[in-house]
Amino acid sequence: MEKEIICTVCPTGCVMHVVGTETLIESIEGYTCPRGKKYGEYEFLAPVRILTSTVKSNEGRLIPCRSKNPLPKGKVLDCMEVLRGVTVTLPIKRGDVIVADILGTGIDIVATGE
Amino acid sequence: MYEITCDVAIVGGGPAGLAAAAAAKKEGTEKVIIIERDETLGGILQQCIHPGFGLKLFKEELTGPEYYGRFVDKVKELGVETLMNSMVLEIEKNTVVCMNKEHGITNVNTKSIVLAMGCRERTRANIMIPGTRPAGIYTAGSAQRLMNRQNEMVGKKVVILGSGDIGMIMARRMTLEGAEVVAVVELNNFLAGLTRNKVQCLDDFGIPLLLSHTITNIKGNDRVEGVVVSKVDEATKKVIAGSEQFFECDTLLLSVGLIPENELTRKAEIEISSITNGPVVNQYMQTSIPSVFACGNVVHVNDLVDNVSTESAIAGASAAKFAKGELGGGEEISVKTGENVRYVCPQRVVGGGGKVDFYFRVMAPKGQSVIAAKDGDKVLCSRKTIKVNPGEIEKITVDLGGVREIVIESREA
Repeated sequence: MEKEIICTVCPTGCVMHVVGTETLIESIEGYTCPRGKKYGEYEFLAPVRILTSTVKSNEGRLIPCRSKNPLPKGKVLDCMEVLRGVTVTLPIKRGDVIVADILGTGIDIVATGE
Repeated sequence: MYEITCDVAIVGGGPAGLAAAAAAKKEGTEKVIIIERDETLGGILQQCIHPGFGLKLFKEELTGPEYYGRFVDKVKELGVETLMNSMVLEIEKNTVVCMNKEHGITNVNTKSIVLAMGCRERTRANIMIPGTRPAGIYTAGSAQRLMNRQNEMVGKKVVILGSGDIGMIMARRMTLEGAEVVAVVELNNFLAGLTRNKVQCLDDFGIPLLLSHTITNIKGNDRVEGVVVSKVDEATKKVIAGSEQFFECDTLLLSVGLIPENELTRKAEIEISSITNGPVVNQYMQTSIPSVFACGNVVHVNDLVDNVSTESAIAGASAAKFAKGELGGGEEISVKTGENVRYVCPQRVVGGGGKVDFYFRVMAPKGQSVIAAKDGDKVLCSRKTIKVNPGEIEKITVDLGGVREIVIESREA
Protein backbone atom coordinates (compact mmCIF):
# COMPACT_ATOMS: atom_id res chain seq x y z
CA MET A 1 0.00 0.00 0.00
CA GLU A 2 1.23 3.49 -0.88
CA LYS A 3 -0.22 6.82 0.25
CA GLU A 4 0.41 10.52 -0.32
CA ILE A 5 -0.24 12.28 2.98
CA ILE A 6 -0.40 16.05 3.34
CA CYS A 7 0.78 16.99 6.81
CA THR A 8 -1.63 19.16 8.82
CA VAL A 9 0.53 19.63 11.92
CA CYS A 10 1.53 23.15 10.83
CA PRO A 11 0.69 25.42 7.88
CA THR A 12 3.73 24.26 5.87
CA GLY A 13 1.76 21.28 4.55
CA CYS A 14 4.61 18.90 3.69
CA VAL A 15 3.64 16.13 1.28
CA MET A 16 4.73 12.73 2.59
CA HIS A 17 4.99 9.52 0.67
CA VAL A 18 4.34 6.47 2.82
CA VAL A 19 4.73 2.82 1.84
CA GLY A 20 3.66 -0.10 4.04
CA THR A 21 0.98 -2.58 5.00
CA GLU A 22 -2.04 -2.18 7.26
CA THR A 23 0.06 -2.68 10.35
CA LEU A 24 3.60 -1.77 9.30
CA ILE A 25 5.35 1.19 7.75
CA GLU A 26 8.12 0.24 5.32
CA SER A 27 9.17 3.73 4.35
CA ILE A 28 8.15 7.32 4.96
CA GLU A 29 9.58 10.27 3.04
CA GLY A 30 8.91 13.98 2.63
CA TYR A 31 8.47 15.05 6.28
CA THR A 32 10.55 17.92 7.59
CA CYS A 33 10.10 17.59 11.35
CA PRO A 34 9.60 14.81 13.93
CA ARG A 35 6.01 15.86 14.65
CA GLY A 36 5.25 15.57 10.95
CA LYS A 37 6.78 12.10 10.78
CA LYS A 38 4.63 10.97 13.69
CA TYR A 39 1.52 12.46 12.07
CA GLY A 40 2.33 10.70 8.79
CA GLU A 41 2.72 7.35 10.56
CA TYR A 42 -0.57 7.69 12.46
CA GLU A 43 -2.39 8.98 9.39
CA PHE A 44 -1.17 5.94 7.43
CA LEU A 45 -1.87 3.24 10.01
CA ALA A 46 -4.86 4.53 11.96
CA PRO A 47 -6.21 7.91 10.84
CA VAL A 48 -8.34 9.71 13.42
CA ARG A 49 -10.59 12.79 13.35
CA ILE A 50 -12.38 14.93 15.90
CA LEU A 51 -16.09 14.71 15.13
CA THR A 52 -18.24 17.77 15.82
CA SER A 53 -21.95 18.09 15.31
CA THR A 54 -25.13 19.20 17.05
CA VAL A 55 -27.83 17.30 18.91
CA LYS A 56 -31.43 18.25 19.55
CA SER A 57 -32.51 19.33 23.02
CA ASN A 58 -35.89 18.88 24.69
CA GLU A 59 -36.44 22.63 24.25
CA GLY A 60 -35.82 22.44 20.51
CA ARG A 61 -32.57 24.43 20.68
CA LEU A 62 -29.51 22.72 19.17
CA ILE A 63 -26.61 21.85 21.46
CA PRO A 64 -23.16 21.71 19.83
CA CYS A 65 -21.10 18.63 20.67
CA ARG A 66 -17.78 16.93 19.89
CA SER A 67 -15.95 13.70 20.36
CA LYS A 68 -13.79 14.35 23.40
CA ASN A 69 -10.82 12.80 21.63
CA PRO A 70 -10.28 11.95 17.97
CA LEU A 71 -12.27 8.97 16.64
CA PRO A 72 -11.16 6.41 14.05
CA LYS A 73 -11.81 8.14 10.73
CA GLY A 74 -13.80 5.18 9.39
CA LYS A 75 -16.34 5.47 12.23
CA VAL A 76 -17.21 9.13 11.70
CA LEU A 77 -20.30 8.61 9.52
CA ASP A 78 -21.63 5.82 11.77
CA CYS A 79 -21.26 8.09 14.80
CA MET A 80 -23.24 10.79 12.97
CA GLU A 81 -26.03 8.23 12.55
CA VAL A 82 -26.06 7.67 16.34
CA LEU A 83 -26.13 11.42 17.06
CA ARG A 84 -29.10 11.94 14.75
CA GLY A 85 -31.22 9.92 17.16
CA VAL A 86 -30.11 11.72 20.34
CA THR A 87 -32.17 14.30 22.26
CA VAL A 88 -30.59 15.86 25.36
CA THR A 89 -32.46 17.26 28.32
CA LEU A 90 -31.56 20.80 29.36
CA PRO A 91 -29.86 22.26 31.29
CA ILE A 92 -26.55 21.02 30.00
CA LYS A 93 -23.04 22.31 30.70
CA ARG A 94 -19.92 22.47 28.56
CA GLY A 95 -18.14 19.12 28.93
CA ASP A 96 -21.21 17.09 29.98
CA VAL A 97 -21.25 13.62 28.40
CA ILE A 98 -24.00 13.22 25.78
CA VAL A 99 -23.10 9.71 24.52
CA ALA A 100 -20.63 7.67 26.54
CA ASP A 101 -18.26 5.32 24.69
CA ILE A 102 -19.85 5.89 21.27
CA LEU A 103 -19.99 2.68 19.20
CA GLY A 104 -17.55 1.00 21.56
CA THR A 105 -14.70 3.30 20.57
CA GLY A 106 -14.03 4.21 24.19
CA ILE A 107 -14.61 7.87 23.29
CA ASP A 108 -17.34 10.08 24.73
CA ILE A 109 -19.41 12.63 22.88
CA VAL A 110 -19.54 15.74 25.06
CA ALA A 111 -21.43 19.05 24.90
CA THR A 112 -19.35 22.04 23.79
CA GLY A 113 -21.99 24.67 24.52
CA GLU A 114 -24.72 25.28 27.05
CA MET B 1 -32.87 59.13 27.04
CA TYR B 2 -31.27 56.33 29.04
CA GLU B 3 -27.72 57.23 30.09
CA ILE B 4 -24.87 54.95 31.14
CA THR B 5 -21.36 55.99 32.15
CA CYS B 6 -18.32 53.73 31.92
CA ASP B 7 -14.55 53.75 31.43
CA VAL B 8 -14.25 51.47 28.41
CA ALA B 9 -17.14 50.68 26.06
CA ILE B 10 -16.69 47.73 23.71
CA VAL B 11 -18.78 47.46 20.57
CA GLY B 12 -19.34 43.76 19.86
CA GLY B 13 -19.34 40.64 22.05
CA GLY B 14 -17.60 38.21 19.72
CA PRO B 15 -14.08 36.86 20.30
CA ALA B 16 -12.48 40.27 19.74
CA GLY B 17 -14.79 42.12 22.12
CA LEU B 18 -14.50 39.42 24.78
CA ALA B 19 -10.67 39.41 24.75
CA ALA B 20 -10.56 43.22 24.74
CA ALA B 21 -12.98 43.38 27.68
CA ALA B 22 -10.98 40.90 29.75
CA ALA B 23 -7.73 42.78 29.08
CA ALA B 24 -9.29 46.18 29.85
CA LYS B 25 -10.59 44.93 33.15
CA LYS B 26 -7.24 43.31 34.05
CA GLU B 27 -5.55 46.66 33.42
CA GLY B 28 -7.47 47.92 36.44
CA THR B 29 -10.30 49.96 34.95
CA GLU B 30 -13.41 50.33 37.04
CA LYS B 31 -16.24 49.84 34.57
CA VAL B 32 -15.97 47.95 31.29
CA ILE B 33 -19.11 47.32 29.29
CA ILE B 34 -19.69 45.12 26.22
CA ILE B 35 -22.47 46.29 23.89
CA GLU B 36 -23.83 43.40 21.80
CA ARG B 37 -26.71 43.30 19.32
CA ASP B 38 -27.38 39.57 19.75
CA GLU B 39 -28.99 38.06 22.85
CA THR B 40 -25.93 35.94 23.64
CA LEU B 41 -22.16 36.57 23.70
CA GLY B 42 -19.71 34.72 21.45
CA GLY B 43 -20.43 36.26 18.05
CA ILE B 44 -19.88 34.10 15.02
CA LEU B 45 -18.07 31.41 17.08
CA GLN B 46 -21.50 30.31 18.29
CA GLN B 47 -22.12 28.72 14.91
CA CYS B 48 -18.52 27.51 14.41
CA ILE B 49 -19.06 24.14 16.06
CA HIS B 50 -16.01 22.63 14.30
CA PRO B 51 -12.61 22.13 15.94
CA GLY B 52 -9.36 23.94 15.14
CA PHE B 53 -9.55 26.90 17.51
CA GLY B 54 -7.10 27.65 20.28
CA LEU B 55 -4.10 25.66 19.01
CA LYS B 56 -1.84 28.69 19.46
CA LEU B 57 -3.35 30.25 22.57
CA PHE B 58 -4.37 27.22 24.62
CA LYS B 59 -2.20 24.56 22.92
CA GLU B 60 -5.26 22.37 22.48
CA GLU B 61 -7.83 21.93 19.76
CA LEU B 62 -11.11 23.51 20.80
CA THR B 63 -14.41 24.03 19.00
CA GLY B 64 -15.84 27.54 18.55
CA PRO B 65 -18.29 27.26 21.47
CA GLU B 66 -15.55 25.91 23.78
CA TYR B 67 -13.22 28.73 22.76
CA TYR B 68 -15.62 31.60 23.38
CA GLY B 69 -17.01 29.80 26.43
CA ARG B 70 -13.63 30.18 28.14
CA PHE B 71 -13.62 33.91 27.42
CA VAL B 72 -17.23 34.36 28.57
CA ASP B 73 -16.30 32.66 31.86
CA LYS B 74 -13.32 34.98 32.18
CA VAL B 75 -15.20 38.25 31.54
CA LYS B 76 -17.94 37.23 33.95
CA GLU B 77 -15.37 36.37 36.61
CA LEU B 78 -13.64 39.73 36.09
CA GLY B 79 -16.91 41.64 36.43
CA VAL B 80 -17.28 42.99 32.90
CA GLU B 81 -20.79 44.33 32.35
CA THR B 82 -22.89 43.65 29.26
CA LEU B 83 -25.59 45.52 27.41
CA MET B 84 -27.27 42.85 25.29
CA ASN B 85 -29.86 43.21 22.50
CA SER B 86 -28.33 46.59 21.75
CA MET B 87 -27.63 47.77 18.24
CA VAL B 88 -25.03 50.52 18.12
CA LEU B 89 -26.16 53.33 15.84
CA GLU B 90 -23.37 55.84 16.17
CA ILE B 91 -20.09 56.47 17.91
CA GLU B 92 -18.38 59.71 18.77
CA LYS B 93 -15.18 60.47 20.65
CA ASN B 94 -16.68 59.70 24.06
CA THR B 95 -20.15 58.42 23.33
CA VAL B 96 -21.72 55.25 21.98
CA VAL B 97 -25.37 55.63 20.97
CA CYS B 98 -27.29 52.39 20.80
CA MET B 99 -30.83 51.08 20.56
CA ASN B 100 -31.57 48.78 23.48
CA LYS B 101 -34.55 46.45 23.50
CA GLU B 102 -35.52 47.48 27.04
CA HIS B 103 -34.39 51.11 27.42
CA GLY B 104 -34.77 52.36 23.86
CA ILE B 105 -32.15 54.85 22.67
CA THR B 106 -29.25 54.58 25.10
CA ASN B 107 -26.29 56.90 25.47
CA VAL B 108 -23.13 55.25 26.75
CA ASN B 109 -20.71 57.93 27.96
CA THR B 110 -17.21 56.54 28.06
CA LYS B 111 -13.56 57.51 28.33
CA SER B 112 -12.52 55.16 25.54
CA ILE B 113 -14.13 52.89 22.96
CA VAL B 114 -13.04 49.56 21.43
CA LEU B 115 -14.53 48.69 18.04
CA ALA B 116 -14.96 44.91 17.72
CA MET B 117 -17.76 44.52 15.19
CA GLY B 118 -16.10 41.78 13.15
CA CYS B 119 -16.80 41.29 9.49
CA ARG B 120 -19.50 40.37 7.02
CA GLU B 121 -19.58 37.95 4.11
CA ARG B 122 -19.34 39.01 0.50
CA THR B 123 -22.49 38.04 -1.39
CA ARG B 124 -23.51 37.14 -4.93
CA ALA B 125 -24.06 40.85 -5.59
CA ASN B 126 -20.46 41.62 -4.63
CA ILE B 127 -19.07 39.22 -7.20
CA MET B 128 -21.81 39.68 -9.81
CA ILE B 129 -22.61 36.10 -10.91
CA PRO B 130 -25.02 36.24 -13.86
CA GLY B 131 -28.16 34.13 -14.09
CA THR B 132 -31.61 33.88 -12.55
CA ARG B 133 -32.45 34.64 -8.94
CA PRO B 134 -33.87 31.42 -7.51
CA ALA B 135 -33.96 30.32 -3.86
CA GLY B 136 -31.04 28.18 -2.70
CA ILE B 137 -28.16 30.65 -2.89
CA TYR B 138 -26.56 31.27 0.48
CA THR B 139 -23.37 32.72 1.82
CA ALA B 140 -21.51 29.87 3.56
CA GLY B 141 -21.80 31.60 6.94
CA SER B 142 -25.55 32.10 6.76
CA ALA B 143 -25.96 28.45 5.76
CA GLN B 144 -23.77 27.59 8.76
CA ARG B 145 -25.97 29.59 11.10
CA LEU B 146 -29.13 27.99 9.69
CA MET B 147 -27.74 24.48 10.08
CA ASN B 148 -25.86 24.74 13.35
CA ARG B 149 -28.11 27.06 15.35
CA GLN B 150 -31.51 26.97 13.72
CA ASN B 151 -31.68 23.31 12.67
CA GLU B 152 -32.51 24.10 9.03
CA MET B 153 -30.93 21.91 6.35
CA VAL B 154 -30.25 24.30 3.46
CA GLY B 155 -30.05 21.80 0.59
CA LYS B 156 -29.31 18.29 -0.66
CA LYS B 157 -26.97 18.72 -3.62
CA VAL B 158 -24.51 21.52 -3.22
CA VAL B 159 -21.89 23.41 -5.19
CA ILE B 160 -19.58 25.70 -3.23
CA LEU B 161 -17.92 28.72 -4.82
CA GLY B 162 -14.70 29.78 -3.12
CA SER B 163 -12.17 27.67 -1.25
CA GLY B 164 -12.16 29.83 1.87
CA ASP B 165 -12.18 28.07 5.23
CA ILE B 166 -15.89 28.58 5.87
CA GLY B 167 -16.73 27.10 2.47
CA MET B 168 -14.61 24.00 3.06
CA ILE B 169 -15.93 23.56 6.60
CA MET B 170 -19.49 23.78 5.27
CA ALA B 171 -18.62 21.16 2.62
CA ARG B 172 -17.80 18.73 5.44
CA ARG B 173 -20.72 19.79 7.60
CA MET B 174 -23.24 19.31 4.78
CA THR B 175 -21.71 15.93 3.87
CA LEU B 176 -21.98 14.76 7.49
CA GLU B 177 -25.62 15.82 7.53
CA GLY B 178 -26.34 13.74 4.44
CA ALA B 179 -26.02 16.22 1.56
CA GLU B 180 -23.93 15.62 -1.55
CA VAL B 181 -21.27 18.23 -2.23
CA VAL B 182 -20.67 18.16 -5.98
CA ALA B 183 -17.58 20.38 -6.04
CA VAL B 184 -15.73 23.30 -4.52
CA VAL B 185 -14.92 25.82 -7.24
CA GLU B 186 -12.03 28.29 -6.81
CA LEU B 187 -11.16 31.17 -9.16
CA ASN B 188 -7.49 31.31 -8.17
CA ASN B 189 -4.96 28.62 -8.99
CA PHE B 190 -4.31 28.18 -5.26
CA LEU B 191 -6.37 27.32 -2.19
CA ALA B 192 -7.87 30.31 -0.35
CA GLY B 193 -8.12 28.63 3.05
CA LEU B 194 -5.86 26.50 5.24
CA THR B 195 -4.34 23.25 3.90
CA ARG B 196 -5.57 21.48 7.03
CA ASN B 197 -9.14 22.22 5.98
CA LYS B 198 -8.60 20.89 2.46
CA VAL B 199 -7.33 17.60 3.89
CA GLN B 200 -9.97 17.18 6.59
CA CYS B 201 -13.00 18.70 4.87
CA LEU B 202 -12.57 17.90 1.17
CA ASP B 203 -10.06 15.04 0.71
CA ASP B 204 -11.58 12.98 3.56
CA PHE B 205 -14.91 12.87 1.73
CA GLY B 206 -13.59 12.79 -1.83
CA ILE B 207 -15.01 16.25 -2.64
CA PRO B 208 -13.37 17.60 -5.81
CA LEU B 209 -11.63 20.99 -5.70
CA LEU B 210 -11.61 22.78 -9.06
CA LEU B 211 -8.87 25.41 -9.09
CA SER B 212 -8.88 28.13 -11.80
CA HIS B 213 -12.62 27.68 -12.31
CA THR B 214 -15.58 29.92 -11.60
CA ILE B 215 -19.36 29.97 -11.85
CA THR B 216 -20.58 31.82 -14.93
CA ASN B 217 -24.30 31.21 -14.69
CA ILE B 218 -26.97 30.16 -12.21
CA LYS B 219 -30.00 28.27 -13.58
CA GLY B 220 -33.41 27.67 -12.06
CA ASN B 221 -36.63 29.57 -11.48
CA ASP B 222 -38.10 28.85 -8.05
CA ARG B 223 -35.11 26.90 -6.79
CA VAL B 224 -31.52 26.54 -8.02
CA GLU B 225 -31.42 23.76 -10.65
CA GLY B 226 -27.75 23.95 -11.46
CA VAL B 227 -24.75 26.14 -12.16
CA VAL B 228 -22.48 26.60 -15.13
CA VAL B 229 -18.82 26.19 -14.21
CA SER B 230 -16.12 27.53 -16.55
CA LYS B 231 -12.35 27.38 -16.62
CA VAL B 232 -10.45 30.64 -16.24
CA ASP B 233 -7.03 31.62 -17.56
CA GLU B 234 -4.55 31.28 -14.66
CA ALA B 235 -2.88 34.60 -15.32
CA THR B 236 -5.67 36.89 -16.50
CA LYS B 237 -8.56 35.18 -14.62
CA LYS B 238 -10.63 35.60 -17.79
CA VAL B 239 -13.20 32.91 -18.58
CA ILE B 240 -12.05 30.49 -21.30
CA ALA B 241 -14.77 30.25 -23.95
CA GLY B 242 -16.01 26.74 -24.64
CA SER B 243 -14.93 25.35 -21.25
CA GLU B 244 -18.44 25.46 -19.72
CA GLN B 245 -19.75 22.46 -17.77
CA PHE B 246 -23.22 22.18 -16.22
CA PHE B 247 -23.38 20.99 -12.61
CA GLU B 248 -26.80 19.96 -11.39
CA CYS B 249 -27.45 21.13 -7.82
CA ASP B 250 -30.21 22.63 -5.65
CA THR B 251 -27.97 24.83 -3.54
CA LEU B 252 -25.07 27.18 -4.11
CA LEU B 253 -22.92 28.29 -1.18
CA LEU B 254 -20.66 31.30 -1.55
CA SER B 255 -17.41 31.48 0.38
CA VAL B 256 -15.94 34.40 -1.47
CA GLY B 257 -14.38 36.56 1.16
CA LEU B 258 -15.17 38.76 4.11
CA ILE B 259 -15.42 42.50 4.49
CA PRO B 260 -14.76 44.24 7.81
CA GLU B 261 -18.00 45.78 9.07
CA ASN B 262 -17.10 49.46 9.36
CA GLU B 263 -20.27 51.49 8.89
CA LEU B 264 -19.86 52.96 12.39
CA THR B 265 -16.17 53.63 11.83
CA ARG B 266 -16.82 55.45 8.55
CA LYS B 267 -19.65 57.49 10.04
CA ALA B 268 -17.28 58.62 12.80
CA GLU B 269 -14.82 59.69 10.06
CA ILE B 270 -12.07 57.42 11.34
CA GLU B 271 -9.31 56.84 8.78
CA ILE B 272 -9.89 53.60 6.86
CA SER B 273 -7.28 51.61 4.90
CA SER B 274 -8.36 51.03 1.32
CA ILE B 275 -6.60 47.64 1.33
CA THR B 276 -7.89 46.06 4.54
CA ASN B 277 -11.19 48.03 4.52
CA GLY B 278 -10.63 48.45 8.24
CA PRO B 279 -9.45 51.36 10.36
CA VAL B 280 -5.77 52.31 10.22
CA VAL B 281 -4.27 51.53 13.63
CA ASN B 282 -0.97 51.88 15.51
CA GLN B 283 0.67 49.25 17.72
CA TYR B 284 -1.84 50.03 20.50
CA MET B 285 -4.67 49.29 18.04
CA GLN B 286 -5.52 52.99 18.35
CA THR B 287 -7.40 54.56 15.41
CA SER B 288 -7.16 58.11 14.05
CA ILE B 289 -9.48 59.22 16.90
CA PRO B 290 -7.23 58.75 19.96
CA SER B 291 -10.02 57.57 22.29
CA VAL B 292 -11.19 54.93 19.80
CA PHE B 293 -9.43 51.56 19.49
CA ALA B 294 -10.23 48.67 17.16
CA CYS B 295 -9.44 44.96 17.03
CA GLY B 296 -10.17 41.67 15.35
CA ASN B 297 -11.80 41.24 11.97
CA VAL B 298 -13.09 44.81 11.94
CA VAL B 299 -9.44 45.87 11.43
CA HIS B 300 -8.31 43.15 9.03
CA VAL B 301 -9.72 39.71 8.29
CA ASN B 302 -7.75 37.17 10.31
CA ASP B 303 -7.52 33.46 9.61
CA LEU B 304 -7.07 32.32 13.21
CA VAL B 305 -9.17 33.46 16.14
CA ASP B 306 -6.10 33.02 18.34
CA ASN B 307 -4.55 36.02 16.55
CA VAL B 308 -7.77 37.97 17.04
CA SER B 309 -7.64 37.32 20.78
CA THR B 310 -3.98 38.35 21.05
CA GLU B 311 -4.51 41.55 19.08
CA SER B 312 -7.73 42.37 20.95
CA ALA B 313 -6.02 42.02 24.32
CA ILE B 314 -3.64 44.78 23.18
CA ALA B 315 -6.60 46.95 22.14
CA GLY B 316 -8.41 46.36 25.43
CA ALA B 317 -5.36 47.05 27.61
CA SER B 318 -4.50 50.18 25.59
CA ALA B 319 -8.08 51.49 25.79
CA ALA B 320 -7.94 50.99 29.56
CA LYS B 321 -4.62 52.85 29.80
CA PHE B 322 -6.08 55.65 27.69
CA ALA B 323 -9.10 55.87 29.98
CA LYS B 324 -6.70 56.29 32.94
CA GLY B 325 -4.65 58.87 31.01
CA GLU B 326 -1.63 56.58 30.96
CA LEU B 327 -1.26 55.78 27.26
CA GLY B 328 1.86 57.39 25.88
CA GLY B 329 2.17 59.01 22.49
CA GLY B 330 5.13 60.06 20.41
CA GLU B 331 6.31 60.66 16.92
CA GLU B 332 4.50 58.59 14.33
CA ILE B 333 6.29 56.26 11.92
CA SER B 334 4.35 54.76 9.05
CA VAL B 335 4.89 51.13 8.11
CA LYS B 336 5.27 50.47 4.40
CA THR B 337 4.69 47.37 2.32
CA GLY B 338 7.66 46.06 0.32
CA GLU B 339 8.01 43.23 -2.19
CA ASN B 340 5.11 40.72 -2.26
CA VAL B 341 3.37 42.24 0.78
CA ARG B 342 -0.26 43.27 0.38
CA TYR B 343 -0.81 44.90 3.74
CA VAL B 344 0.73 45.21 7.19
CA CYS B 345 -1.12 45.66 10.47
CA PRO B 346 -0.53 47.88 12.45
CA GLN B 347 -0.06 50.39 9.64
CA ARG B 348 1.78 52.87 11.83
CA VAL B 349 3.68 52.98 15.08
CA VAL B 350 4.29 55.70 17.60
CA GLY B 351 7.88 56.23 18.60
CA GLY B 352 9.88 55.11 21.58
CA GLY B 353 11.34 51.65 22.00
CA GLY B 354 9.67 48.33 22.55
CA LYS B 355 8.93 45.32 20.45
CA VAL B 356 5.95 45.26 18.11
CA ASP B 357 4.41 42.28 16.32
CA PHE B 358 3.48 43.10 12.74
CA TYR B 359 0.96 40.87 10.97
CA PHE B 360 0.87 40.83 7.20
CA ARG B 361 -0.38 39.01 4.15
CA VAL B 362 1.61 38.32 1.01
CA MET B 363 0.33 39.18 -2.43
CA ALA B 364 1.08 35.87 -4.21
CA PRO B 365 2.04 32.36 -3.07
CA LYS B 366 5.81 31.78 -3.29
CA GLY B 367 8.24 29.06 -2.28
CA GLN B 368 11.18 29.53 0.11
CA SER B 369 11.19 33.19 1.07
CA VAL B 370 12.99 35.58 3.36
CA ILE B 371 10.67 37.77 5.38
CA ALA B 372 12.33 40.98 6.51
CA ALA B 373 11.70 44.34 8.16
CA LYS B 374 14.01 47.07 6.90
CA ASP B 375 14.84 50.66 7.81
CA GLY B 376 16.28 51.97 4.55
CA ASP B 377 19.08 49.52 3.66
CA LYS B 378 19.40 48.29 7.23
CA VAL B 379 17.75 44.93 7.95
CA LEU B 380 16.04 45.23 11.35
CA CYS B 381 15.20 41.55 11.48
CA SER B 382 14.55 38.71 9.08
CA ARG B 383 13.63 35.08 9.00
CA LYS B 384 13.38 32.29 6.45
CA THR B 385 10.18 30.49 5.68
CA ILE B 386 9.53 27.35 3.62
CA LYS B 387 6.67 28.99 1.72
CA VAL B 388 4.32 31.95 1.85
CA ASN B 389 0.62 31.92 0.98
CA PRO B 390 -1.89 34.80 0.86
CA GLY B 391 -4.30 32.61 2.85
CA GLU B 392 -2.00 32.51 5.86
CA ILE B 393 -1.10 35.58 7.89
CA GLU B 394 2.64 36.00 8.59
CA LYS B 395 4.15 37.67 11.62
CA ILE B 396 7.39 39.53 12.20
CA THR B 397 8.52 41.11 15.46
CA VAL B 398 10.47 44.37 15.25
CA ASP B 399 12.34 46.24 17.98
CA LEU B 400 11.41 49.89 17.46
CA GLY B 401 14.50 51.35 19.19
CA GLY B 402 15.93 54.10 16.95
CA VAL B 403 13.92 53.09 13.90
CA ARG B 404 12.98 55.86 11.43
CA GLU B 405 11.11 53.90 8.80
CA ILE B 406 9.79 50.35 8.52
CA VAL B 407 9.35 48.46 5.26
CA ILE B 408 8.18 44.84 5.42
CA GLU B 409 8.91 42.53 2.52
CA SER B 410 8.81 38.86 1.55
CA ARG B 411 11.45 38.05 -1.04
CA GLU B 412 11.66 34.66 -2.73
CA ALA B 413 14.97 32.99 -1.90
